[in-house]
Amino acid sequence: MTPLPITHYTLTSALGRGKAAHADALREGRGGLRNAAFENCTLACWTGAVDGLETPLTGEMKDWDCRNNRLAELGLRQDGFLEAVTALRARAGATRIGVFIGTSTAGVQQTERAYRERDRAANQLPEWFDYRTSQNTYSVAGYVRQRLQLQSVAIAVSTACSSSAKVFACAARALATGLCDAAVVGGVDSLCLTTLHGFNALQLVSPEPCRPADVARRGISIGEAAGFAILEKQGKGLLLRGYGESADAHHMSAPEPEGRGANEAMRAALARADLDTSAVDYVHLHGTATPANDLAEDKAVCAVFGKSTPCSSTKGYFGHALGAAGIVGATVAMLVIEHGFLPHSLNTQSVDPAIKGAVLLKRREDASVRNVITNSFGFGGNNCSLIIGSAT
Amino acid sequence: MKPLTVHAVGCCLPGLDGWAAAKPVLAGQASYVHDEIGTAASELLPPNERRRSTASVRLAFRAAEDAVKNAALKPADWATVFASSDADTAIINRIVTALAEPQRVVSPTDFHNCVHNAAAGYWSIGVGCRLPSTTLSAWDESFAAGLLEAATLVHADGLPVLLVVYDMVPPEPLLSARPITRPGAVALALSDGAMAMPALARIELTLGVRGDETPCKDQALDALRQTNPAARALPLLALLAGEAAGTVRLPAIGELLEVRRVA
Repeated sequence: MTPLPITHYTLTSALGRGKAAHADALREGRGGLRNAAFENCTLACWTGAVDGLETPLTGEMKDWDCRNNRLAELGLRQDGFLEAVTALRARAGATRIGVFIGTSTAGVQQTERAYRERDRAANQLPEWFDYRTSQNTYSVAGYVRQRLQLQSVAIAVSTACSSSAKVFACAARALATGLCDAAVVGGVDSLCLTTLHGFNALQLVSPEPCRPADVARRGISIGEAAGFAILEKQGKGLLLRGYGESADAHHMSAPEPEGRGANEAMRAALARADLDTSAVDYVHLHGTATPANDLAEDKAVCAVFGKSTPCSSTKGYFGHALGAAGIVGATVAMLVIEHGFLPHSLNTQSVDPAIKGAVLLKRREDASVRNVITNSFGFGGNNCSLIIGSAT
Repeated sequence: MKPLTVHAVGCCLPGLDGWAAAKPVLAGQASYVHDEIGTAASELLPPNERRRSTASVRLAFRAAEDAVKNAALKPADWATVFASSDADTAIINRIVTALAEPQRVVSPTDFHNCVHNAAAGYWSIGVGCRLPSTTLSAWDESFAAGLLEAATLVHADGLPVLLVVYDMVPPEPLLSARPITRPGAVALALSDGAMAMPALARIELTLGVRGDETPCKDQALDALRQTNPAARALPLLALLAGEAAGTVRLPAIGELLEVRRVA
């Protein structure tokens, strides 16, 4: 594919607001997980929560109020992103800018609240509950489209934990076919009881901060994040060089144990980028810290890149941001290239001997990183790998 | 965008259960009679997955399997786009109901089935397809949005695409908040026309046209059109049911998507 410049990007997560906060935290090895569940949840777990989401949305967007859209709003306000979109609108025209947002649970937390407050006798939800602007999966894409005053195609991509990696592929296709001339891509997923108790029911939630690739890893820590990027056909910025998508066709909630689907996604991304494996200097792992994911992904990474390409997961910093994990990964890839260091696998003390890849246990300074591949894999066996390259 | 070739249609809507039955009705050769959709079991899901699958997955499969049968296509060779406004609202209802109780007991199967891409996951397992698969939502305009994503997959990535658009009727109390009052699923098998496979029609897509959305000529069909996001495709299906060229305009996120049949 023709590499597409990423002319602006931003991220908000448990590590902080904006790119600088993330670059600092990743460099200093400072994670955002806290020993607190969410609301009054009593599960033994750690979460990567974003502070400052207590205030309802006001003004023109008040009807869209829910935790997920508050997080979207907070994310849009960082790093001059709103101003960048205003400039983009002037440049490309509102009718030529698409919106592609990944989410897994959108505003389900609002529905959880509504069910607690429902009239049980009449089986009615409270008056304040607005399905379209919260529970509906599209709500966050609708929020972003309206907030940014854009008038072209808009979709919420919802392929579980690969959602906001897939948005880069969808946007690249839309640009390649002339459906639009520029795209706002992103991912927003927020903490809710549905995912905490759901992953807990699958016995995938760790009682301690998650430890990707560790021999004693015990599962995921759930996080939340909002990240956005602008893709254009021309302009200055890091490059989206390739994307690769595949399906495991194996199991709804467990990866194919040999990492076949992951392997195919990475190879497809390399082929689309027209890059040899030696041109990739760092693998940002999906690395959820479940026993099954980390093993299967390692097999795939070793099969594609061999055992010496440095790799790490950043789930120990962010937690697993689920539908926002893809944009977290893309952002880390960009920060790595711009700041010249590879983050180490936080909370990993002793790498599982079954894991053969070059997992980074210490930060590595490397100012010459050219290309980073970042992996995102979701339930339903949905895989997406992205290759981000330095500006030429 | 370049034209798309339509190889097959599949559908599962009340009174339009299967393309073979729906085609004469949509072409105006037979009158529309409302009927509940059937409950035929999936032929493509392995027994284990069939047991675990849910109402929304089965609904999506009804239309997808209809299209597969009508084109005699090999589904493992087709990328997929699944579009649904709300996916499985019955499971969401069960989960959030459980979470409102003190014990908060969520079923693990319910949780993995509540992901928006559950139908796509079951499909990939059922037919052994490892090709790219996008699942998306665009509220009532999910059909048009899915058609656009399918078109870009066809033309940017050179893949034939099976598009499946579906929404179930939510249980109360969600139904009052999200009144999708009829179940509906529609599927289209789409390619760039380079494959050696019979074509039903060639269509061109233009987003952002002026005018009004195209209604169904028949009043009962037009009422059905407004009950379900997948049913928003009915004017296009009527165009495909006939022989003639023509144009329909479908709702697409505050804009209109024009679909012009050119062959």
